[in-house]
Amino acid sequence: MAIAREAEERTLTLTVNGQEVKAAPGQTLLQVARAMGVEIPTLCHDDRLEPYGACRLCLVEVEGARGPVPACATKVNDGMVVQTHTDKIRRLRKFVLELLLSNHPLDCPVCEAAGDCRLQDYAYEYEVNMSPWGWTPLNFETRDDHPNVARNPNRCILCGRCVRICRDVMGIGCWGFTNRGYDTIIDTPYNLPLQEVGCVSCGQCISTCPVGALNHKRSRYAARHWQTEKTRTVCPYCGVGCELILHTSRGKLVRVTADVGSGVNNGNLCVKGRFGMEFVNSDERITSPMVRDEEGNLVETTWDVALDRIEQNFKRIKSESGGKAFAVLASAKCTNEENYLLQKFTRAVLGTNNIDHCARL
Amino acid sequence: MTNSINDIHEAEVIFIIGSNTTEAHPVLALEVVKALREGKTLIVADPRRIDLARKAHLHLRLRPGTNVALLKGMMRHIVDMGWEDKGFIAERTDNYEAFRESLNHMTVEEAAAITGVPAADIRKAAELYAMAGAANIIYAMGITQHHTGTNNVLSVANLAMLTGNIGRPGTGVNPLRGQSNVQGACDMGGLPDIFTGYQKVDNPELIAKMEAAWGVTLEDRVKGKTIMEITRAVDEGEIRALYIMGENPILSDPDQKHVEESLKKVEFLVVQDIFLTETAEYADVVLPATTSAEKDGTFTNTERRIQRVRKALEPREGTLPDWRIVQLVANRMGAGWDYRSPEHIMQEVAAVTPQYGGVTYERLEVLPDARFEQTDVCGLQWPCPTEEHPGTPILHTQQFARGRGLFSALEYAAPDEGVDEEYPFTLTTGRELVHYHTGTMSRQAPGLDALVPTGRLEINPEDARRLGIEHGGLVQVTSRRGSIQPVAWVTDRVSPDWCSCPSTTRRRRPTG
Repeated sequence: MAIAREAEERTLTLTVNGQEVKAAPGQTLLQVARAMGVEIPTLCHDDRLEPYGACRLCLVEVEGARGPVPACATKVNDGMVVQTHTDKIRRLRKFVLELLLSNHPLDCPVCEAAGDCRLQDYAYEYEVNMSPWGWTPLNFETRDDHPNVARNPNRCILCGRCVRICRDVMGIGCWGFTNRGYDTIIDTPYNLPLQEVGCVSCGQCISTCPVGALNHKRSRYAARHWQTEKTRTVCPYCGVGCELILHTSRGKLVRVTADVGSGVNNGNLCVKGRFGMEFVNSDERITSPMVRDEEGNLVETTWDVALDRIEQNFKRIKSESGGKAFAVLASAKCTNEENYLLQKFTRAVLGTNNIDHCARL
Repeated sequence: MTNSINDIHEAEVIFIIGSNTTEAHPVLALEVVKALREGKTLIVADPRRIDLARKAHLHLRLRPGTNVALLKGMMRHIVDMGWEDKGFIAERTDNYEAFRESLNHMTVEEAAAITGVPAADIRKAAELYAMAGAANIIYAMGITQHHTGTNNVLSVANLAMLTGNIGRPGTGVNPLRGQSNVQGACDMGGLPDIFTGYQKVDNPELIAKMEAAWGVTLEDRVKGKTIMEITRAVDEGEIRALYIMGENPILSDPDQKHVEESLKKVEFLVVQDIFLTETAEYADVVLPATTSAEKDGTFTNTERRIQRVRKALEPREGTLPDWRIVQLVANRMGAGWDYRSPEHIMQEVAAVTPQYGGVTYERLEVLPDARFEQTDVCGLQWPCPTEEHPGTPILHTQQFARGRGLFSALEYAAPDEGVDEEYPFTLTTGRELVHYHTGTMSRQAPGLDALVPTGRLEINPEDARRLGIEHGGLVQVTSRRGSIQPVAWVTDRVSPDWCSCPSTTRRRRPTG
């Protein structure tokens, strides 16, 4: 009983938009709101990062507070009364968005992020008036020195997510804020090429960018976000088993992403998972069975001819020398089902336990 | 892994030995980075100054091949100071006295002399690990790929049991598996001595069980041959036919030259793969398979989690998924199989494999209970014996697989081959971040090949200067087995007299 009472005491009760809700100490207003299905807009927030409270889009009203507070960085208290979408709050959010758009390039028709851009989504949701203060798009030089990471500083809203994910989640720190005021950009130390400042090419900065400032270079102009099919699967590289979202279009793999809040990787990927799946599209793939001809060359043939050749030789060797004349190598890159069938074939059909694979590698 | 990936940061002390985690398992390494941010302590034992060694509180830069001595030195100090977990040892383990006696054969000072690690650092590491409320050990090929690999692993297990660091959150012995489904390929019986689920092939009861399930009489009732034994048996003419699915042993197995000669020699070679690999070039018949993006199935990851692989693209024209190809070949041999889908195969796996007994495709689609704080992860961690069983995130919480944990009394043995006048360098092998295994997939991905096009040899600046080797220049590396030509990377990650290169560097430099 005592334990149950203690647990009950540890649960807080607050009111959000008139609805009573339970929360655990340490949770933020943003987490509690999202758990109850209330969408609070954020630009500088990523669940993988510590709360930052910079973009001011997630401002909410808390009864008794001196002014609006950022939901992402405010811990819940017992008895809190919160309003997330009052007229005043909507006006504040709209004001922030108007300021952001006053120097944003608005090149959405050719921006890779279009359709998957928080700024675009919120500008629409909050019915932003274009440029009440005029429109002066940024005009920084575009750097383009990494094979996979495309940079466009003019689309950057300085939310600092790339800076923080590289420093805090990756433990590296390739990115930082450079210059001051209107001239502030995100850049590498001394403006050096990314690969010279310890970049491990994971593309985590792309994954967290809420706009089109950082994107997948190799899939530019391949397909719009809404034109691709998305399939949830597992990475074929190392044994961590990260969940990948494969974006495909017209029979080709276009790009790879991961979802925050899902999979053992929680939205994180390394260079191989994010940029290494293009082998699927390769023209070097074998697309026909091959057999060795009389001159000793491998030549393309039909499945029937290839299987005939296997049947004849396997049967001949089996009848002459039995199962012990066979050996089979399974594969650490094939599925469980395929390895199961192969070992069953080896043991039950060929008649040998000579099966192994490079498990020791 | 005895524990789970999202459990790593629960440890107060993380001890990484023989794993270059940030390069070989980059996303898992983020859990270590997270732990460091939370103020946890990191000990790294590695001959190289790898990235995590730079972040570690203590870097034990041991000589290659001296792991047993290092671990014994640590355990000797723990026992000398009385820091062992006496309750855990008494309740859950066997053979402690013999193990305890074996520690008398090595002092911390002797361990320091063998490993090159200062005695004070060995004592410090022992103290950090033993005094932590929860400490885990993470290891990989740096422990297993030695001729003393088994003793290295047993030493790691000794250390965990000695301090009771097993069976609880934030503890455990956590080997990291290197390939997407190497865990699954082992679980499925892709090894010479076991059926699925580690059921021994020479156990009469299990033979009878599989014969009943498969409706056959099994011809071979003893252990089969390992890869190395297969290569030798080909040389001796005992093995005449070889069927290889999705492997490239020329690059993945030790002693390239020997493997290549065996593949030339074998009477009939079938290779099934997605690219014409170095190995496929020797084949009599090549069968075109699909990539994992073009088929359904499951992979089992390093934390024993069975996860769904889903088809995102139709198979490239002319190719077939491996399971279909195996079935075609089996039916040519009279098997009469009619597997209609990977799911259909998994039903049979679950029926014959105790650890996978509760696995169904339906369950793999659904998120489990709110067992995790932040991340909901699909998939089931084996053992999962029944459909009601939730899976097992942490092994050995109550008892070990054999009941009580078995301490091993071990002696240190020096590496099999040492340096001499003719071969004055020690070459250690490793992985590189950007490429994977034999490069069959990663070298066909332009986004990766553009970053690091060739295998690199890490060499110390002092040695490079002495030998006139320039950063980025081509070098010839010759061992007692053969030669490779990697590109030099002059770096203090390696000490003088040691070099390191990816284990799968090609013998000839690839053109283009």
